Amino acid sequence: MAVTHGTPGVEDDPVVRLEGIEKSFFGVPVLRGVDLSLHAGEVHALVGENGAGKSTLLKVLAGVHRPDSGRIVVRDEEVTFASPRDAQAAGIAIIHQEFTLLEHRTVAENVFLGREPVRRGQVDRRALEADTRRLLDWLGEDGIEPGTEVARLSVARKQVVEIVKALSADARVLAMDEPTAALADNEVELLYGLVRRLRDRGIAILYVSHRMREVFDLSSRITVLKDGAFVTCAPTADLDTDQVVRHMVGRPLETLYPERTGVPGAVRIALRGAGNERVRNLTFDVRAGEIVGLAGLQGSGRSAIARAIWGVEPFTTGTVELDGVPTRVTGPRTAVRKGIGYVTEDRKGEGLALRQSVRDNALLVRRAACRGAVARQAADLTRLLGEVGVVARGPHQEVRYLSGGNQQKVVLGKWLAVRPRVLIVDEPTRGVDVGAKQALYRLLRGLADDGMAILMISSELPELIGMSDRILVMHEGALAGELPAGADEETVMALATGHGAAA
Amino acid sequence: MRARLRLADGTGPVLVVLLILLVALAFAGPAYAEPAGYLALLKRAAPLVVLAVGQYFVIVSGGFDLSVGSLVTAEVVVAARLVDGDDANTGWVIALLLGCGVLVGLVNGLITTKLLVPSFIVTLGMLLVLDGAVFLWSGGAPRGALSPSFRVLGRGSADLPVLGQVPWSVIVLLVVVVAAVWFMRSGTGRLLLAVGDNENVVRLAGGRVDRLRLLAFVLSALLASVAAILLAGFAGVSAQVGEGLEFRAITAVVLGGALLGGGRGSVVAAAAGALSLEALFSLLNLLGVSGALESAVQGVIIIAAVAYAAHGAGLRQMLRRPVPDTA
Repeated sequence: MAVTHGTPGVEDDPVVRLEGIEKSFFGVPVLRGVDLSLHAGEVHALVGENGAGKSTLLKVLAGVHRPDSGRIVVRDEEVTFASPRDAQAAGIAIIHQEFTLLEHRTVAENVFLGREPVRRGQVDRRALEADTRRLLDWLGEDGIEPGTEVARLSVARKQVVEIVKALSADARVLAMDEPTAALADNEVELLYGLVRRLRDRGIAILYVSHRMREVFDLSSRITVLKDGAFVTCAPTADLDTDQVVRHMVGRPLETLYPERTGVPGAVRIALRGAGNERVRNLTFDVRAGEIVGLAGLQGSGRSAIARAIWGVEPFTTGTVELDGVPTRVTGPRTAVRKGIGYVTEDRKGEGLALRQSVRDNALLVRRAACRGAVARQAADLTRLLGEVGVVARGPHQEVRYLSGGNQQKVVLGKWLAVRPRVLIVDEPTRGVDVGAKQALYRLLRGLADDGMAILMISSELPELIGMSDRILVMHEGALAGELPAGADEETVMALATGHGAAA
Repeated sequence: MRARLRLADGTGPVLVVLLILLVALAFAGPAYAEPAGYLALLKRAAPLVVLAVGQYFVIVSGGFDLSVGSLVTAEVVVAARLVDGDDANTGWVIALLLGCGVLVGLVNGLITTKLLVPSFIVTLGMLLVLDGAVFLWSGGAPRGALSPSFRVLGRGSADLPVLGQVPWSVIVLLVVVVAAVWFMRSGTGRLLLAVGDNENVVRLAGGRVDRLRLLAFVLSALLASVAAILLAGFAGVSAQVGEGLEFRAITAVVLGGALLGGGRGSVVAAAAGALSLEALFSLLNLLGVSGALESAVQGVIIIAAVAYAAHGAGLRQMLRRPVPDTA
């Protein structure tokens, strides 16, 4: 397919061109004729819902899967990749969400792993570190020492090392799979800078992300996939978020966020001067029927509040009242039994036992925290799973085979099985595609309408603003202010960064 | 709720292996031409099956119990000395053995959960401690003798209506397996599996992770005591009676498809794994293969089973791609 583009900095011949790529697994088509071209010096965003075929396309590009039909053209030469090694030799590297670094070796050793410069039969450490430093300098990342052990680097810096490792093998095409998923907010900016520098140095970048803001901040072109098929490829400047979302889901999302219908009832949870090592002097209420948003930069104490209320790192000063009764929560077990639920931000590490079934996960809290009769009482699992809208092969399917959205619904189901009075949700839609996001929003609003008090933490401001009845903004461990529903992003950010006139 | 028989993941292959071995036995030995031969096999296998079920609890919750073999030896030696051939002593000695089992399990479990020493090391230490204690106490040659009533469980049979003569050890085996299956279907059993999968999740859901792991060690040691009582009756008193049983039990559980590291596995499969091992050894015996090869065969099996599990997981994953989201 001929792509017309007028983006500056994009040369005419693509470095890599995929044409009509088709791939089926066990007779199920996953890619149906996908076209994609990557030019030197462009950031090309690849978007689509979960299951749209993005990862499979990446794997075709990386030589992990061989397409059933279609052509891969590298610099005007048709190639077939028999293995990832072939793709690497052609200058294509994939930066996965999970890093492939040896934690206990140095940066330089990782970068040249298996390709160490050798002198007189020994690894030439000096050349190793010099070459690594040259690459780091070329990228403008002079804050990383080649001799540092990788384990001691931050996630963002490990990512840099991963990229340098790819560049050291002469990669001309970098495909980045959800590169910001593992990063803290302040690190995202650093990644932006890095991606732009890579682009300016003539690297073609394929940027796979769920986050529309990143896609629009960084990319010059956007390719949309839906159900394994190519939908469109257009310059970013010609698109807006709504259009891209519409292409992704195939229908307009007239209202992503449900209407605020509830009338706040009695105060369910009240903090009075609560604090601990990470947060201080917190005083606020969450009422029945209300969704209160908690905004703030990473490290501002957003999640620390949740973990304190829930008793992982309890408050050491002040009081917490539940339904007007002063309560001491000393650990997750008491929190659960007092009617507090907590959907953590780390779904796979703290939310789900991935090898267990949908059923066992949904009943986990009930079995773990309830005693005797209640635990034995047969929960109406079918109704519960229906309520959260899990799409699975059945209650016996292992949750690790579910998509992010369905996994998150199982996590919610797990809490609904014990009907908490207060529900804290931390980054409820992280790694969830647009369609499932909408379902989760509706679900949360429905729970609030049924009288639950919901405290919602999110670093996605549009979502926080779209969902919250009130927004509390944290700055450096303290409340910086409270904003009404529908506040704009600038006001929230001003408070979160400490520049706002406190409301 | 629909009630239907559902085999846990990974039970299929081991049942096929077991079936093949049982059929092979019928061809190899005339003793297996009638049910009595298989009943004798079951009787022989009973201690290992009981041990494997105990080991299963520890493995699915994410640990290892290497102490069961020397626990069996210690208990048999202690039993012989305390019973000293007198039927009057049978009752309290059996109670004492079970009590000692619980105690050893508690020590294993408490050190693992409270002092955070890996269970591999804790139970390896326990193995050495028990070995040394037995040697010190018996001077290398066990003294005393078991009473006839003590040996009934291991070698005697119950006269049941309809079924006729059924060895006590087979009854014990069935009771243990049924109780274990029932337990693993209960909420606590499911939680134990979840602990092996991801203990963080259980802890953050308000579960008491330490207690669950402790329970697994106690069950393992308790069942080892049961196995000791069966073995003492069946095989008699010696200072080598439990040697290598811990690895045999682990092999059985792994052959049953349980995942080392926890989170996956079924009781029935672990029991079938133990039965398969025993059937295999009987078969090799019938074919005239030297008994000295047993440990070599076991070594090959454990490696092959784990390799299959690792390979099989990838295959299963390819077969089940995620169900796409629908809003």
